[in-house]
Order: sequence, then C-alpha cells, then structure tokens
Amino acid sequence: MSHSRLTGQLRAGRVRPAIAMLAFAGLLATAACSAPGSNSSTAAPNSGASPTTSPTCGTAPITLSGYFETGFPLPKDLADEFTKQYPNVKWDIREDQFAVITQNAPRVLADDPPDLMRLPQVSELVKDGLLKNMDGYAQAFGWDKWPASQLEQMRVGSTGERGDGPLYAMGLNFSMTGLFYNKKLAAQIGMSQPPATLADLDAMLQKAKQAGITPIDQFNGGATGGLAFPLQNLMAAYGSPGPINDWIFQKPGATIDTPTNLQAAQHLQQWIKSGYFASDINSQDYATMMSRFIGGKSLLMFDGDWESGNLDKQMAGNVGFFLMPPAQAGGKQAAMSAPLTYGISSKAKHADCAAFFLNWVATNQNARDIDVKIGGSHPMGPADAYMPAVQQGTVTASTLNAGAKIGQDNGAMDFIANATGAIYAKSWTPQLQKMAAGQQTADGLLKSVQKDYESQVRS
Amino acid sequence: MARLNPNAVADPPVSVPPQPMNTPSVRRARGARRATAAGIGWLFVAPALVVYAIFVLHPLLLTFQYSMYKWDGIGPSTWVGFNNYTELFRDPDLFGSILNAFKLIIFFSFIPVTLGLLIASTIRRIAQSRLALVARTVLFLPQVIPLVAAGITWSWLLASPGVINQALSAIGLGDLTRAWLGDFSTALPAVGVIGAWVLVGLCTLLLLAGMTKIEPALYEAARLDGAGPVREFFSITVPSLRQEIGVCVTVTVIAALASFDIVYVSTQGGPGNATMVPGLEIFYLAFTQREVGTASALAVVLMVLVLLCVLPIQRFTRDGTR
Repeated sequence: MSHSRLTGQLRAGRVRPAIAMLAFAGLLATAACSAPGSNSSTAAPNSGASPTTSPTCGTAPITLSGYFETGFPLPKDLADEFTKQYPNVKWDIREDQFAVITQNAPRVLADDPPDLMRLPQVSELVKDGLLKNMDGYAQAFGWDKWPASQLEQMRVGSTGERGDGPLYAMGLNFSMTGLFYNKKLAAQIGMSQPPATLADLDAMLQKAKQAGITPIDQFNGGATGGLAFPLQNLMAAYGSPGPINDWIFQKPGATIDTPTNLQAAQHLQQWIKSGYFASDINSQDYATMMSRFIGGKSLLMFDGDWESGNLDKQMAGNVGFFLMPPAQAGGKQAAMSAPLTYGISSKAKHADCAAFFLNWVATNQNARDIDVKIGGSHPMGPADAYMPAVQQGTVTASTLNAGAKIGQDNGAMDFIANATGAIYAKSWTPQLQKMAAGQQTADGLLKSVQKDYESQVRS
Repeated sequence: MARLNPNAVADPPVSVPPQPMNTPSVRRARGARRATAAGIGWLFVAPALVVYAIFVLHPLLLTFQYSMYKWDGIGPSTWVGFNNYTELFRDPDLFGSILNAFKLIIFFSFIPVTLGLLIASTIRRIAQSRLALVARTVLFLPQVIPLVAAGITWSWLLASPGVINQALSAIGLGDLTRAWLGDFSTALPAVGVIGAWVLVGLCTLLLLAGMTKIEPALYEAARLDGAGPVREFFSITVPSLRQEIGVCVTVTVIAALASFDIVYVSTQGGPGNATMVPGLEIFYLAFTQREVGTASALAVVLMVLVLLCVLPIQRFTRDGTR
C-alpha cells in the first residue's frame, strides 16, 4: 500500500534505536568524562632512592626485563656475558626499531615498566616522571668521578633544560661521528691522507666528482634528514661546539640562527649545488646508504662509529675514518658524540640490579672488550680505565683515536636532531629535503628551524 | 523505459499484513506483542551493539574529548576548549596536507573507477574464456597482498636504480629517470600510482559483479537498434552500474582522504612534506610530538571532512535507485 506509510514506519523504527544509541553513547561519555591522564601521573618525579651501600643483584634468581634496540648486537651480547658472570640473573628482552621505541617510550615506561630500556631524547620523559633519578647510584658507584662530559647529556634540570641537574640515564658506551671513506676510491683520486682543512675536503670532493665517482652518499629520504650530519659538522668547523650544545640543551635564549651557522648552511648548499651528493639522496634511507658505501659506489659518508665493527668486517682494509677537518689548518675539531642511552623506569621492579649492570658495563674488563669489539665505540667510565687492544689499521682503531682527539679539543656535541622531541621529524628533515631539492635557502632553513624550536620549547 | 532501470527489480514486492479490527483489547494485545518482539529484537542486536559501542563509539567520543585538552598522552592535562581547532586552521602545513589528500582522490578514486569500468566491460565481453579468469585474478591480487609489502615493493621499483628507471633508459628515455619518490614534483603522483594499482582491482571486481545482473536483453535490444560498443557502454553499462559506481567512489574517496599506510611505507610524508596527508600528520602529532589534543582535533576534522565528501555521493547514488 501506500509507499509513504511504509517509509514512515521504517523511519519510526529507525528513530528509536538512534535514541537508544545516543543514550548508550552518553553513558559511555559520562564514564569517560574525567580529564585524560590525571590517573597516570601518580609516579612522583625525582623518586630516586639514594642507596647507602652499593646496590647489587643479590644471589636469589632474578629476571631483568629489557627493552632494547633491534639491529645492534651490543646490548644482547652484554646481557649474555653478564648472565655468565652472575648466573642468578636471567633476561626477558623485547626489541624494537629505534623509531618504534621513540614512539612507544612514554606508554611503555608508564604501563609496562622495563628495568632497563634504550631511551630516545630524555627531557620529556623526565618531565612526566617516568625515569628513575640515578644520582644515588652515581654516588654509590662513583660515576660522579668520571669525566663530566660523558654524563652531561643525560642530566636534566627542573625546567627541562639538559646538561645540568640530576642524572636520568646511563650510556653503554659513547659514540663518535665523522667521515668514513673508501680507501680504494681515495687512492684513485690521488688522496693519500685525510684532508687537513675544509678547503682540502672541498678539493677532494671536486676531484671525485671529476673522476665520475659519487663524492658523498648520505641518506636523506622519508622521515630521516641525514644531511643534518654534514650540516652540524660544518657548523662546528666554522664555529665552536659550545653554542650548538646550548641550543640542543634548550638553554634560555639559545639560537641556531647564528652567523657561523649560516656560513655552514651556505657551505652545505654549495656542496649540493656542486653535485657532491648522490642525486637521489631524498629517496635514500640509511640502509641504502650503507649498502652503497659498502658496495664501493661512493667515496664518503657521514656516519658514526657504531658501524666500525660492521665496516671492518665487510670492507676489511678498504675503509678509513677521519674527523671533519677544521676551517683553518691546526684548528680545533669537534664531532657529534653521544652516549648510547639506557635508563631505568621509575616503576622498575629491579632498579638496583639494572644499575649494577650499567656499572658493570662500564667497569668490567670483558664488558669493555665487548663494548669496543661489538659496539665499535668507546666505553664509559674513568679516563684511566682498561682499554682493549685494537688491531692497528682497522677503522675501529681510527674512530677510537678520533675520540681521544675530540676529548683533547673538548669538541663533543650532542646531535642537533635531539634538541626537542619533534625538531628532527618536523623541522630538520623537511627543511633539509627542501634544500637538497633546491627549494630552501641556507638562511630560510635556519630561520624556519629556529621558529619551530621556539614554539616547541615554549609549549 | 522503466525496464531500463534494473534496480527496480531488486525492490521486493511489499506485502502488508491484513489490518485487524481496531478494538481497544486488540490494540493492547498488539502493543504487548510488539513490545516483546522489540525486546527480542534488541536481544539479538545487543552483542553487536555492545561491540560497536566499545570499539567504535567509545573511542570516537574519547577522541572528541581529548581534542578539548592539551595533553602529552601521559602527564596531567589542561582544558583548552576549542583552541586545538583554531590552532589547526592557523597552521599552513596542515592545509597543505589536506590539499594533498584531495589531490590523491584523482589517483585513488578517479583513475581506479574509470579504469575499472573499462576493464570490467572488456572482461565481460570475454567472460567465457579462460583469459577472463586470469585477468580477474591478476587484477584482484593487489587487494590480497598486504599494503605494507606493496609499498615496499613499489618503493624498490620507483627507486633510482629501480626497474622503472631501467625500463625508461632501455627505451631511450634516460632523461626522464629520477628518484620518483624522492622528487618534489613526482613524489605525490608516484604515491598515487601505488594507490591506483591497489584499488583498480577492487573496483573492477565490484563493477564486474554489478554487470552480471544487467539484463542481456538490454544489450540485445541496443544492438538491434544499431548501437556500437561505445554507445552500449555509455547508454546501458554505465547507467545500470550507478549503485556499484557509487560504492566504488565512496570506498576509494575514503581511502584517499584517510590514507596512511601506503604513504607511511613509501615516503613517510617526505620529501619536505610533499606527500604529507592528514592521517600521517595525526600519527606524527600524537606519537612524535606528543600533542594528543591537537592530533585528536585533526582526527575529528578529518572525519567531518570525509563525511562531507561521502554523504553527497551516497545521496546521488540513492536518488538513482528511486
């Protein structure tokens, strides 16, 4: 019969569930009405108990839960060696890529607190009271007597400023960055020793270009702006690392837009315009850069000593390392150098044992051997501690020597990508990709990053 | 002419129960019966409704609630009202990402639906042959492959030493070769091509299914009237598939506006935000920048935007069935 009546019935039938649904939804809404997050901020910050005696792992069976970075064998090897020496300690290890750890860190530390965890930039985690204050351990184990520069990146003040204040993380070792070069290709263009000045480096790049060799391969695709490596090295060649560190540590009034940094960015732009980088860097990820360098397709890459062990294996005898040369001959040198940070959750069940492990990594002879041979980097610890013998001529030996030079020149810098949680993904990466494509100027790059930095630090 | 609309057949004949006498007792009994029937009805619906409420309505409301706060996902939160929304509209990057999503509609929706129509009508003509089966399978394969795997494969194909550049060089077009996903001008279209490749199979299959219910007599009649294949396509095939086209357009427009996985795997929004889309921006805001409030606000805006685009399409196709 009448069509309108039918639709009328249908409509009436449809209204009632709709009302019921709304009522139900309202019920749920009221259940969720309390402000988010208020229940999870129970962990008081700075709840670090100061142990009076040195903490240990005891003798009773214990299982440490770890959350490590996948793709690097070092932490796992250290954990295995530790179990060999302390059989009562077993491990329950979960691994993820660093990007995933970065995204998960706050939730994991709050909901499923590991005893030991690989950490991204710490200041926001400290603000939320998620990390254990390790000052007590530092005192008990004597970490406070080590060279202060080893720990300063992991100290966070009450305002979120880094570089000073209580200690919230520890390193398994500390890395060193610079330029790796292919020795065979270098010989082809007549380079017998590493460049002594920036001008020498420029000449070397030019020669490679003329010889039809890709001078530098550097990942710069996706969400990883790898041009930040050469840029920061150029910044340190033109200026000094102090103001760069101040900016990274969020010291009040710090700016990245300085005259020497502008020179550095202009120099980088010149390299791009001269065709010194591979033409497809904007689509290259880290793994592609590594495989091309190992495959002998490029003369140089900017990278860190975490690859030393790997490169010594895959390019034995054919790979060298040098620090970024200074602008003037004999000038001071600087490098990005950062601890491989691990922290303890403020809610960890076995915090003492985790701290004991971190101290063991820095002081035990076997652990220091593993640190250098597997990790490729310098162990943490006192300046006069045991150093494993490294075969001369290997790239591992060169990176360790470079570390000594940086120590002399007081040239260690944190990475400009670590200034805030979002500065790398939201500012450096897109701006450097634009510069690589010729769509951003040196001045525009620094101004835009500084603007984002200010808004992020303010919030 | 009325027979030209095959969907009219789909409407089942309406049977109306005989109306009982309208006495008060009958009315009461009828009301009681209706109440029990309704109660039983609700009982059947309840499990699905509970699941729907917990996994769809509840998160939806929470998202809306979070969008009113400034919150890092862990610590205490502060009420900011609609500030997160006004902040969104002041951010030029964000406008760019929404624009990119609209550009993707061309690749995710327009191309797959057009190609799907052409391919489906070609396959229909050879429906009896084995080639049709092969073609259907091959075209639908991208739907079966996980999107992440498809994204990785395509990023290899599109890389500078990849197969696509090799092919271009081989036929003397070496000047065109480039890192397709790393070039500002080609990154978004390249991502679009991946999306088109994934969605063309879905559209073809949906349209092919729709074609099977078109009366063959219509084609016969058209042919008798002297219509060629092109005329047949535009006068019979396309109008008869109005509903299916509507479904295809709806699904693919949503895929374009809410795209995430293909972009995340192939370019992560780069180079320099050239392929940034709202879905990815929400992810970065929530998990990298830890601005859960702003991320939720953008999610709500995206939902409204999708509804604004999809509802008119729905209306258009529904009108066609009347």
